[in-house]
Amino acid sequence: MKPKKFKLANLYLMAVFFILYAPILYLVVYSFNSGGTMSNFEGFTLDWYKSLFTDTRLLVIVLNTIVIALLSATISTVLGVIGALAIYTARQRFTKTSLLSLNNVLIVSPDVIIGASFLILFTMLGIQLGFYSVLLAHIAFSVPIVVILVLPKLQEMSPTLIDASRDLGASTWDVLTKVILPYITPGIFAGFFTALTYSLDDFAVTFFVTGNGFTTLAVEVYSRARQGISLEINALSAILFLFTLILVLGYYVLAQRGGKAKEVRR
Amino acid sequence: MNQTSQTAKTVYLTTYWLWIALFVIAPLLLVVYYSFFDIEGNLSLENYQMFFTSTYLTMTLSSFWYAFLITFFSLLIGYPTAYLLTKTKHKQLWLLLIILPSWINLLLKAYAFLGIFGTYGITNQFLEAIGIGTRQILFTDFSFVFVSVYIFIPFMILPIYNAIEKLPPSLVYASRDLGASNWTTFRRVIFPLTLDGVKSGIQIVFIPALSLFMITRLIAGNRVITLGTAIEQQFLVTQNWGMGSTIAVFLILAMVLVMVITRDWGAKGAVRR
Repeated sequence: MKPKKFKLANLYLMAVFFILYAPILYLVVYSFNSGGTMSNFEGFTLDWYKSLFTDTRLLVIVLNTIVIALLSATISTVLGVIGALAIYTARQRFTKTSLLSLNNVLIVSPDVIIGASFLILFTMLGIQLGFYSVLLAHIAFSVPIVVILVLPKLQEMSPTLIDASRDLGASTWDVLTKVILPYITPGIFAGFFTALTYSLDDFAVTFFVTGNGFTTLAVEVYSRARQGISLEINALSAILFLFTLILVLGYYVLAQRGGKAKEVRR
Repeated sequence: MNQTSQTAKTVYLTTYWLWIALFVIAPLLLVVYYSFFDIEGNLSLENYQMFFTSTYLTMTLSSFWYAFLITFFSLLIGYPTAYLLTKTKHKQLWLLLIILPSWINLLLKAYAFLGIFGTYGITNQFLEAIGIGTRQILFTDFSFVFVSVYIFIPFMILPIYNAIEKLPPSLVYASRDLGASNWTTFRRVIFPLTLDGVKSGIQIVFIPALSLFMITRLIAGNRVITLGTAIEQQFLVTQNWGMGSTIAVFLILAMVLVMVITRDWGAKGAVRR
């Protein structure tokens, strides 16, 4: 009885894994199809990868996407740390809770709402739709998540550390850069990485606030997919999949190692 | 000394309040403000009157119905998966592998289904082979719900997995020792104690499911209109920002309603879309 049940459980998990990965593998396999469709595999070819790397327009879009992701992740990490410090140092309970609730608004808001409201905001402020509007929007939806990831680190830090450094004559700047920031570094990294993936992954918000001249990868894939199937997209997604895999596994290894180092120190 | 640390606090607070005022409060107020303007730019309640006509009410209801279906099936598949995952040997790694597909741009995943469900795609080849024959799968309700569930499953699994992990195993042993069957243990002990995870899962899936718009366009071929699709349509196609804002106001209200019902403000897992 027991082994049979175990098998059933494994079968179920395998089925779920299969369904989760099958579409991605399907995309990757057909990126090598010489047939030009996603239904009939005719023969192996690398043509789609070749045409991908000669498609300067697409390469510029990839570059745009990466620049936006890195810039927005960096700026939102700085702002997010300031936000977490603001919530942490706020003395009144009311200020703390209202800041935190307002912070969470953008986390729970659906993308369409964020996109539509920012479109109105940027138009009112007279910011031209394009690079800067997309950058600002990405910063805006990344800041709250950085705050959420950094705040617990600040809260678990013993306040005596700050008192001690003050007693030893550290200036406010020294306390921040030599005590607080080193302590919350893991939270800052987690925030930066999450902001990076949010930005790389975003479609809906960008779709609203991008003008005619500027495109990111997700928006480009959408407009191409609406016209039908192009195996260049498959080739691109294969590369992106590999890239994500490396990024995630790298982050996993780093996190594991960090966790271990911490345990040893204790 | 105290003076300078006070200055630092003020700097943090002012910066952060400024940011919140500009990027959280102002956009929401602007949406509400715009909802009171008709397409000619006159102040009116026309949009709200329009929203309460049968066209928009039917759309809202059907949007809720689809979101309900998507959430239901995600939960139906996600709960057992989360439960079984906690029983595996290298569970951290397996969990990571479950989450990994959610890091692939969802547009690419939706695009994959254009091929899989297409008229000559692999599903139809299979149906042909077993004698059922080619069917129209793309641009149906089925494909819309299937692809949406596919995209949301990892987000449902994560909070439930965390909740089950937190459950002390001694409670399960106690229930077994007291003679409860597996099913009774699950129904009376495990499920009620992991309800928090289920609630955050529902919250994470239901709200984005109400506002999906690119899947409706790519996979459902404009057959399904969700609140999200309607907003996108009004803002970017019809250019009727007033009506779009009105629908957005109702979407925000729906969001608040779901938050109140599932009441767990922790923003666990913190995943959007």
